[in-house]
Amino acid sequence: MKNWKEKGMQGVFLLAACASILAVALICIFLFANGIPAMKEIGFLDFLTGQTWRPGNNIYGILPFILGSIYVTAGAIIIGVPIGIFTSVFMAHYCPKKIYPVLKSATELLAGIPSVVYGFFGLVVIVPLVRDYINTHGIRGNGGNSMLAASIILGIMILPTIIGVTESNMRSVPEQYYEGSLALGATKERTIFRIVIPAAKSGVIAGVVLGIGRAIGETMAVIMVAGNQPQMPQGIFRGLRTMTTNIVMEMGYAADLHREALIATAVVLFVFILIINLCVSLLNRRNDND
Amino acid sequence: MGKIDIKDMDLFYGSFQALKNVNLEIEANKITAFIGPSGCGKSTLLKSLNRMNDLVEGCRIQGKILLDGQDIYAKSTDVNTLRKRVGMVFQKPNPFPMSIYDNIAYGPRTHGIHSKSKLDDIVEKSLRNAAIWDEVKDRLKKSALGMSGGQQQRLCIARALAVEPEVLLMDEPTSALDPISTSKIEDLAADLKKDYTIVMVTHNMQQAVRISDNTAFFLLGEMIEYNNTEKLFSIPSDKRTEDYITGRFG
Repeated sequence: MKNWKEKGMQGVFLLAACASILAVALICIFLFANGIPAMKEIGFLDFLTGQTWRPGNNIYGILPFILGSIYVTAGAIIIGVPIGIFTSVFMAHYCPKKIYPVLKSATELLAGIPSVVYGFFGLVVIVPLVRDYINTHGIRGNGGNSMLAASIILGIMILPTIIGVTESNMRSVPEQYYEGSLALGATKERTIFRIVIPAAKSGVIAGVVLGIGRAIGETMAVIMVAGNQPQMPQGIFRGLRTMTTNIVMEMGYAADLHREALIATAVVLFVFILIINLCVSLLNRRNDND
Repeated sequence: MGKIDIKDMDLFYGSFQALKNVNLEIEANKITAFIGPSGCGKSTLLKSLNRMNDLVEGCRIQGKILLDGQDIYAKSTDVNTLRKRVGMVFQKPNPFPMSIYDNIAYGPRTHGIHSKSKLDDIVEKSLRNAAIWDEVKDRLKKSALGMSGGQQQRLCIARALAVEPEVLLMDEPTSALDPISTSKIEDLAADLKKDYTIVMVTHNMQQAVRISDNTAFFLLGEMIEYNNTEKLFSIPSDKRTEDYITGRFG
């Protein structure tokens, strides 16, 4: 009786574990089965390097969106990484005990805010700021919906990821390194930037790569502030479209090859994410070996 | 006047008094050993000599510690300059996770030396002084974490020497090492005292006898006896010292 129960539970656990594997497998199959034929029909090279996206004329080049995703993500990294790392330094080494719980839950809360709320914040606060800047300086723009606005919003969105990973990695740096450096007469700042952060380097990089993954996959917040023009990115004050937003913008009315081209866009995005995850696990493995 | 004078010093961790009215004169170019059972305050005293105790929350000091006649706890004292003058070697070897060369060069670079040739000289000189140059000269660019424990400890001594301190504090520097490495470190300490004032905490009474010139015995936060090492171990003046060195407790 007991044996039967045990076996039964084991089966339930196995089934549960299979569900997630099955989900990944099905998504893969769906994506590639629908996307690859479309890419073939359009031509792999034309699809990936084509600079024009005009579904009405059956021209499907997604280079503008690939670049859009990369630029917006790069912008998010430029904004988010320094802030994130400095915040982690503060939390791990300078923060008074009383403020720490507040700061910690604030950064965690940042991770829990729905992306549509970020998008709305961007639309109401960031976009008008960019618009004012554009207008007062006479720069050509799209009314503030821009790469800059999207980068700022994404930069804020990736903060919790970077802070969480970086802080825990900095805390796991042995105290002896810290003391050893101070005992040589080094200042606290020098100790942190020359000893502690380099010792936590691979963890910090893993945090940044996770942040990249988050930024490149983000859709809702970006769609609300980026302008979404299907054209090659033309500067930080101009609008652009990313791979994710391209899919959302046109999925509702697309049919036939157009629809499949959107799925193919998702395939490219999926490959990007795969590469990023691979980087993270490689970094983590190197961490464990140290 | 000694190199370091400790006057009427009390040390508190919060409300707990870890050191009680310590008076001690540490002579220049001698090895001074602190002995006593665990928890007697000897490491605490050592750490207050270069203010590493500042890192401990709730640590408070009364009385004076004078280095060359100047109060190291005075407001005008720059802690980083003090720690440059009073170097420290820890119980557990703690090389930084970088190359052997960079470990040694870290201190001098911290204090503003960036010329490659100067750094090369300092690295070689420090490693020679720590009697480890011949073992590592061919792998200066390799990670210091790949060395044996004994080598790591001598590297840490070399690293401390590289900033040209006047005093070298050693907190049970051989407790994590094998006997051969231990004797190397002891020889090294005996060798270094001509240029440096050395203060060493040790659990090992034989070690104190072998290498120290003066010994201070601590018990429950009090300094019981301080004397020439030979005298302290042959004719201790306090009953408690005698009990401890003859192994009746501790």
